[in-house]
Amino acid sequence: MPEVTDPWRPCADLPALRARARLLAELRAFFAERGVLEVETPILSAAANPDPAIEPLHLDAALTGDGPRRRYLQTSPEFPMKRLLAAGSGPIYQVCKVFRLDERGRRHHPEFTMLEWYRPGFSLDELMDEVALLLRRLAPTDPLPVARIRYRDLFYDGLGVDPWRTSPAALRAVAEARGIAGAGELDLDRDGWLDLLLCCCLEPELGCAGLTFVYDYPPSQAALARVMPGERPVARRFELYWRGLELANGFDELADAAEQRRRFRQDLAVRAARGQDALPADEHLLAALAYGLPACAGVALGLDRLLVCVLGADHIDAVLAFPVERA
Amino acid sequence: MASYKTNEFKGGLKIMLDGDPYTIVENEFVKPGKGQAFNRVKVRNLKTGRVVERTFRSGDSVEAADVMETDLQYLYNDGDGWHFMDTDSFEQLTADPAAVGDSAKWLKEQDMCRVTLYNGAPLSVEPPNFVVLTVTQTDPGIRGDTATGGTKPATLETGAVVNVPLFLEEGELIRVDTRTGQYLSRAKDDS
Repeated sequence: MPEVTDPWRPCADLPALRARARLLAELRAFFAERGVLEVETPILSAAANPDPAIEPLHLDAALTGDGPRRRYLQTSPEFPMKRLLAAGSGPIYQVCKVFRLDERGRRHHPEFTMLEWYRPGFSLDELMDEVALLLRRLAPTDPLPVARIRYRDLFYDGLGVDPWRTSPAALRAVAEARGIAGAGELDLDRDGWLDLLLCCCLEPELGCAGLTFVYDYPPSQAALARVMPGERPVARRFELYWRGLELANGFDELADAAEQRRRFRQDLAVRAARGQDALPADEHLLAALAYGLPACAGVALGLDRLLVCVLGADHIDAVLAFPVERA
Repeated sequence: MASYKTNEFKGGLKIMLDGDPYTIVENEFVKPGKGQAFNRVKVRNLKTGRVVERTFRSGDSVEAADVMETDLQYLYNDGDGWHFMDTDSFEQLTADPAAVGDSAKWLKEQDMCRVTLYNGAPLSVEPPNFVVLTVTQTDPGIRGDTATGGTKPATLETGAVVNVPLFLEEGELIRVDTRTGQYLSRAKDDS
């Protein structure tokens, strides 16, 4: 963290505040030129994303006469934006605050600014191209060459393991051999080991020379992406890295209401098994998917982290006016 | 038993690992775009001083170490151990040689020391930053030599040996910085 001064003072300096304002103006111009509509959706919702790896914040208040008292702060604007898409909005984007409990560190802040956009009719490849164009526009001084690598190749080339097939025990051995201290004591499933190896061994090198898109994930990590069946099914997803920082998550969006309901149920079962709170599924989203979501690709990009990269900062607090400890 | 969740981790937190008390030196939170988060921490073993790294799954809990720091007055050493007293409760505690370690050479009766207690027993002892001690042995002083900046070794009443200016004599009181082991100044009897 930047050194502690008077706690009433901002952490971000004036150049960082200006860079944020410039970034927002520039990205709005980018989307206006391309006919993508800016929208706003509620921050408070009666439903929440049940993803066990994300913990929402909530508040209890009677906002309406008869609705549920408990409201969840959005962890992403994904669900209401998909409802807009199903209702025929066409391409849309949003810049908003999202909230996640228990995420705090050099690269994490529990309240952060997300840019999320959806492109009906775009393939995942076309969306990756657009992300790269936007970032070149937002970071004009950097040439930003683009690399793309499959999740499987990333692990195979970097660590000699197959993320679809290598056993958890063998992944643990790799983690220990790579010097991840205390790996022997961890009890993780395959995805847990893959996450650990990604964070500790692979991520720091990703995007050193420019933008690196990692794509085609194991179906067990599909989140809200479509899964392409086959001998080796893959989830049509990408993550974008720049300077070792994960900046964006893109999906070929799941549009199948029944499959979405199944994934919600599965997530809720995992939450129950881990002793996490149960969360109300978003029935409005499921109804919108049943009505029909146009084939589309969508991506969420963390603007604070992008600023960290653009400014060459080494802590997210350097781009925040008032981090949570001073809020 | 008290425990801490990983989201409470921060520098200085005292936790138990493999049966030993540790203090957290550094805590880094890492998380992939979607998926499991981890806390990678550097911890110092409070018994050995060794710093090691550990990785925890975020959300896991770790047993808290019953470790506290307190100011105690050093009373005397009877060969079995160093005896300290809480000046409020008059409770007495004995520290063994492992707990006192290198601090032994600075411990003067009546001085207040910072003592780290683990399960109520002294785990480590920190002498005051500045102590006043009598020179018990040193070569005869060279009168008038106050400017050349030369030094000579002097043994102090507690057994510590420090370098002092050439003009100092046996029996004089001096002030020493225990963190560096350096002579600071002559001291008056009443200091």
